[in-house]
Amino acid sequence: MFIINCPYCGEREQSEFKAGGEAHIVRPKQPTELSDDEWAEYLFMRKNIKGIQLERWVHIHGCRKWFNMVRDTSNDQIHAVYKMGEKPPIK
Amino acid sequence: MKNKYSIFSLIKNAFTNHENWQRAWRDPEPKKEYDAVIIGGGGHGLATAYYLAKKHQMNNIAVVEKGWIGGGNTGRNTTIIRSNYLWDASAGLYDHALKLWEGLSQELNYNVMFSQRGVMNLAHNLQDVRDLKRRTHANRLNGIDAVWLSTDQVKKFCPIINTSQDIRYPVLGGTLQKRAGTARHDAVAWGYARGADELGVDILQNCEVKGIKRIGNKIEGLETTKGFIKTKKVGVVAAGHSSVLADMAGLRLPLESKPLQALVSEPVKPIIDTVVMSNAVHAYVSQSDKGELVIGAGTDDYVSYSQKGSHEIVEGTLQAILELYPIFSRMRMLRQWGGIVDICPDASPIISKTSIEGLYFNCGWGTGGFKATPGSGDLFAHTIANNEPHKLNAAFNINRFVSGDLVDEHGAAAVAH
Repeated sequence: MFIINCPYCGEREQSEFKAGGEAHIVRPKQPTELSDDEWAEYLFMRKNIKGIQLERWVHIHGCRKWFNMVRDTSNDQIHAVYKMGEKPPIK
Repeated sequence: MKNKYSIFSLIKNAFTNHENWQRAWRDPEPKKEYDAVIIGGGGHGLATAYYLAKKHQMNNIAVVEKGWIGGGNTGRNTTIIRSNYLWDASAGLYDHALKLWEGLSQELNYNVMFSQRGVMNLAHNLQDVRDLKRRTHANRLNGIDAVWLSTDQVKKFCPIINTSQDIRYPVLGGTLQKRAGTARHDAVAWGYARGADELGVDILQNCEVKGIKRIGNKIEGLETTKGFIKTKKVGVVAAGHSSVLADMAGLRLPLESKPLQALVSEPVKPIIDTVVMSNAVHAYVSQSDKGELVIGAGTDDYVSYSQKGSHEIVEGTLQAILELYPIFSRMRMLRQWGGIVDICPDASPIISKTSIEGLYFNCGWGTGGFKATPGSGDLFAHTIANNEPHKLNAAFNINRFVSGDLVDEHGAAAVAH
């Protein structure tokens, strides 16, 4: 179990949060124009990185706000959290 | 077979204090080139190699494994085998595997300790009852044995279950597949390894794949920690690390790798002679031949390759187990561990060709791959050898995520994914 630093509430236990998967997947601007391949890419294909990954989390049993996280999936270490709409603090 | 295991070989070796057993498989150096290379020396990978050599006469092949064989999810699962899936495609796939399990010890001359002790799925609310009854009917239409049990029949089949109606999630009934059961997971990997080795397959342990080389759209070979291995066909069976290997080939997969946990208790005398699964409270339990309770927990919801899961997942499972089996309240747990499972959006596997010529993927088994080991290997071998899927795995192609023709087993398979 790890401690997550919610950008709105501060440090809380992981059990208060829910993971929302890969971050920065942009919703298509013109959904009607998309080919089947592009839909598959948007809906299903994931980077599933072993290492530093950018992902979305929600403080579901707290402030219920979404935010982003920089986390190393090989050892579960959290490097940074940042608010929705902000640029990732690393590359 | 050069060293057939039998009661006679056991007696013969007893006279020499069991010091003269031949090793079960060789430890060869990699050749420069193979006709096909399987990445991943787990049950599925070794089974694939075995059936490639046995049924498709591809004997110049290798299995590369970065650790030791059976050291990944093959040695980490809760060994449950069943085929009571809802959809026709899944029923075909998993029942094919179950039929192979039924003759596997004889086929491999290796005791995989397959035990058809039955798997019971419990219903804890009205929707469970409807879903499980529907699944029972679907199973029977597909020729798979399944029966619906009332609460009293559940109690009769497994008397230690608390069927009192005043618990938080009362038992409202359940389904039973009698042909289902368990097997010894390590023995499955070892048996297939021995069988494949016997047929000439090189099993290369401690050999990690560092790169997948291709020229244009064709596979050329593999960069490994034991040097470059030339091959035109590569079958990837790497479970949680499938996306990492796909990335080496420049391929994208619809997978997320998540921790799945299991635990065992201290060994006790026989107390539960079947496998009981509860979808709604996500707890399943069986008893190993050593006497340990084998308990499966759920997955965490975040991506991780750390082979560790959250404490709260284990806690939730044990709370459910205690409510359903008050007799276990003083049991102490011995070990807890995690494995990394690769989950598809529709919770069904991928056994498929890819857009790259000579590259095949067998992945996405998620939380339930062990049960499919023989069938998965058989069908993947067919796909690699013929460059076409068998009719039983045609639905499990990678293009279903483009066409939308998903095999949606989320929840429907009677276990929460």
